Amino acid sequence: MRRGDDPSFPPFSFPEYRSTRLRAPSMPLLPPPRSVWEQMGPGPGLAAEIAPDADLTRNAGGAGTAIGERIIVTGTVIDEAGDPVPRALIEIWQANAAGRYVHDEDRHDAPLDPNFTGIGTCVTDASGIYRFVTVRPGAYPWGNHPNAWRPAHVHLSIFGPAYSDRLVTQMYFPGDPLQELDPIFNSVPDPAARRRLVARYAHDVTEPGVALGFRFDVGLAGVAATRSERPSDGA
Amino acid sequence: MAREPTPPQTVGPFFHGSMLRQSRTRIAPDDAVGERIRIDGRVLDGEGRPVTDALVEVWQADVAAGDADRAGDDVGPDGSAGLGRSGTDREGRYRFETVRPGRVLASDGSLEAPHLEVFVFARGLLDRLATRIYFEDDDPAGIDPFLHAVPQERRATLIATRDEEGRYHHDLVLQGASETVFFDA
Repeated sequence: MRRGDDPSFPPFSFPEYRSTRLRAPSMPLLPPPRSVWEQMGPGPGLAAEIAPDADLTRNAGGAGTAIGERIIVTGTVIDEAGDPVPRALIEIWQANAAGRYVHDEDRHDAPLDPNFTGIGTCVTDASGIYRFVTVRPGAYPWGNHPNAWRPAHVHLSIFGPAYSDRLVTQMYFPGDPLQELDPIFNSVPDPAARRRLVARYAHDVTEPGVALGFRFDVGLAGVAATRSERPSDGA
Repeated sequence: MAREPTPPQTVGPFFHGSMLRQSRTRIAPDDAVGERIRIDGRVLDGEGRPVTDALVEVWQADVAAGDADRAGDDVGPDGSAGLGRSGTDREGRYRFETVRPGRVLASDGSLEAPHLEVFVFARGLLDRLATRIYFEDDDPAGIDPFLHAVPQERRATLIATRDEEGRYHHDLVLQGASETVFFDA
């Protein structure tokens, strides 16, 4: 088994997170099919066709800028061999500074910001580095348990070179006391792996007079270590 | 595994604006080589209720997938990425239009039956759920090395049925007696 035995990966069944109760599979997962194509994927093709849109403080279409504490979120995407992953496609979405999403189903009684959609896209450069400018998202209440609040977070969806390295995750902020109360964060069994979900404040990324910097590196799991065996390499 | 993989977290209920910014229910371009097909189905929870906030992501090969000298990154139909994405509607239904995929080489050198690779994402799913969709009229259980290894009584959960109008249907059941086969991938 590849994911199930690694404590970096949350179990599907985690009753403290109520929505898992009727959605987690009840039968054991089967070993995956082994195709030569598992080491390829749609990521590189998608990355080539998508226009980067990485400044969420000014991409809402109006003349104004988003309200909130401006931040820079940057990091390196690496594969399981520790090598940087160029041309990884990263899509993000997040709540605004008041803890409200631009979404019909978000009923939280907090203001929308006409200058913030909370949506961005970028592609890693030749060194595997990505960079977004946004605002720090607010915490928001949810119905999981009495007085439940999600810690501040940014959602990330990442396509690396291989289908098997597909990752959807959430980035959290350092020093947030809500993390230890959050069943989604706590679903990751290994405490060291949980810490990898928390960005680090990075003063070297902070731009004087403009925005605070945070570093969040992303480690992709999958089969990238055998990339030299890809048929497309002709080796 | 990555020495230090970043753990996955649920996609949550608010992904639509970002992940479905562009419509990707039509996977193959209009001029792609191959038989045009349509497929739809519902995502259902452990009580048989529709999951109305799921994201179904599929990836497929083009018709020439099994060619031994195949090279390059553009593996989908006619130079496309081959990625499909569909949110689920109020009935829990996803839908795609594309061309029938070709047969991909398995790691043992044999040819797999045509299929879609599938990831299901949703609130309440802490990681992506991986499965495949085969097509009943290809007799996939008879020719596919992976499907052959799946216990016989569960194979049908991986195979789309075809109606009189030629459309495929395939429900994805997250939990319960008729649970879809999911992989640890």
